[in-house]
Amino acid sequence: MKSFLTSFALAMTGILCVVLLWAALAGNVAPDLPSPLKTWEESKPFILQPWEKRGEMDQGILRMASYSLVRVAKGFFLAILVGTPLGFLLGSSTLFYRMFDPTIQVLRPISPLAWLPLGLILFRQSEPAALFTIALCSMWPTVINTMHGVRSIPQDYLNVAKVLRLSPWKKFTKVWLPATLPYMFTGFRLSLGLAWLVIVAAEMLTGTPGVGGFLWQEYNSLIYSHILLCIVTIGVVGFALDRLMGLAEAKLRAA
Amino acid sequence: MPHIELRDIGKSYGARDVLDNVNLAIEEGEFVSVVGASASGKTTLLKIAAGLVKACKGTVLLASQPVTDFSPQASIVFQNYSLLPWLSALENVQLAVEAAFPSQTKAQHRAQAEKYLQMVGLGAAIAKKPSQLSGGMRQRVAIARAFAVEPSVLFLDEPFGALDALTRGTLQQELARMCSAAARPVTTLLITNNIDEAILLSDRIVVLGRGPNATLSPAVPVDLARPRAADLLLHDEKAIRIRARLAEFLTAASDSRRPKREAQPSLAANVPVEAA
Ligand SMILES: Nc1ncnc2c1ncn2[C@@H]1O[C@H](COP(=O)(O)OP(=O)(O)OP(=O)(O)O)[C@@H](O)[C@H]1O
Ligand SMILES: [Mg+2]
Repeated sequence: MKSFLTSFALAMTGILCVVLLWAALAGNVAPDLPSPLKTWEESKPFILQPWEKRGEMDQGILRMASYSLVRVAKGFFLAILVGTPLGFLLGSSTLFYRMFDPTIQVLRPISPLAWLPLGLILFRQSEPAALFTIALCSMWPTVINTMHGVRSIPQDYLNVAKVLRLSPWKKFTKVWLPATLPYMFTGFRLSLGLAWLVIVAAEMLTGTPGVGGFLWQEYNSLIYSHILLCIVTIGVVGFALDRLMGLAEAKLRAA
Repeated sequence: MPHIELRDIGKSYGARDVLDNVNLAIEEGEFVSVVGASASGKTTLLKIAAGLVKACKGTVLLASQPVTDFSPQASIVFQNYSLLPWLSALENVQLAVEAAFPSQTKAQHRAQAEKYLQMVGLGAAIAKKPSQLSGGMRQRVAIARAFAVEPSVLFLDEPFGALDALTRGTLQQELARMCSAAARPVTTLLITNNIDEAILLSDRIVVLGRGPNATLSPAVPVDLARPRAADLLLHDEKAIRIRARLAEFLTAASDSRRPKREAQPSLAANVPVEAA
């Protein structure tokens, strides 16, 4: 408990330092950067009434974040729905691996900013285009970790499956899946982080309501304090998501 | 006609030669033990016989058929237990039972698994995960898993290695009883580093020399009446002679790798081979 309090106090001090630096920079070195106080004053309606809906692009910050979260969740589930089986295939078949690994390595570094226009062309609507982009950009850690997990199943367990003559289904559910699960979860966690990273870009370019869309709109309306509000929100939500996945992962490893 | 036959088996892992010119024939229902020093290739030999590892040279026959895969009538206790850590002791055994008797009901599977876990003295720990069990308890789960499928061929790789002397003794008797009481004869290949264990259980014993290119000694028949009692065997004249023979083979095997020395066959043979 004491060590927890110490780390909490240290973390708070760190945040305070950054806010002080921000305050020092605002107004003089960076004349257009709103000060922390000004940011707070202008963001108050969004934070204190977080669920308020005043207009299409004028909504409480939690409501805004929830739109983004729903979009991320959809994209993320699409990513793991495609990524996990793909990882299993790549991990279990050398032929498949040698066939598709080069392609994957080429697709992996492509930025969401490059995929999104393609999505818009393909689907002609911003929502599916955004999901397409999120799924495509965030699935690679799931694919690669699952593949790695399948490859690292100890020979002992494979031998057990063999000598017990497990049916393919039993082999999958009782040996492969449990042995790979920790790796898969690491992949899911990284994928979720990436999906959250992509959402801002996707919303900015498509102008859909959400934290990213709001950020871009306020930039265009020259309300710079709201940009900072969005940045902080994105960071906090991303942090919370990662922590949640971390907890789930720890629980899984303990089981 | 032998049930299991190894013909001129040779095996190397890359540049590391492990086995060479290994010949062994086991009759149906016979219990054969292989004793040998650590890293001499015992596990390799067993896995080749079981069809889990491919030999580089020679053939393995089971009931006169070349072995290409693990046989459906066989079961094996691995040296490192190889339990699935995400399943409880009961589930580990039950998984084997379900695969072996697909036509039975779930309740029958469970009853069979429980019966064998009780037999190895784990009735109270069946719900525990392998990580919550001691090494000896894990080994017993592995033994229960191998026996629960009622095999006709049994491959055992130092199945009692991690047990205390008392439990070891109980399970050795249990194994002897199960092998003799089974509905059909069980052909068994046991790897052990304990000469007394081999004498207690086997019909014949062979010694695997030291690697590289380890090969088998001539078989030493164990013509002692069953059931055998471990404490009586210590003073039985025949048993003492067998022990001396085996010790001779073992020292010969290790001396061929070292500068010649006086043979020391009288060295206490009931200590593990590594010390001999
Ligand atoms: N998969 C493998 N790849 C490469 N070398 C191996 C492999 N398995 C075993 N060996 C080598 O073969 C030799 C014999 O190994 P093996 O496991 O058969 O010995 P062992 O007699 O069972 O030893 P122990 O009594 O310690 O169990 C060792 O030198 C080992 O390093
Ligand atoms: Mg071994």
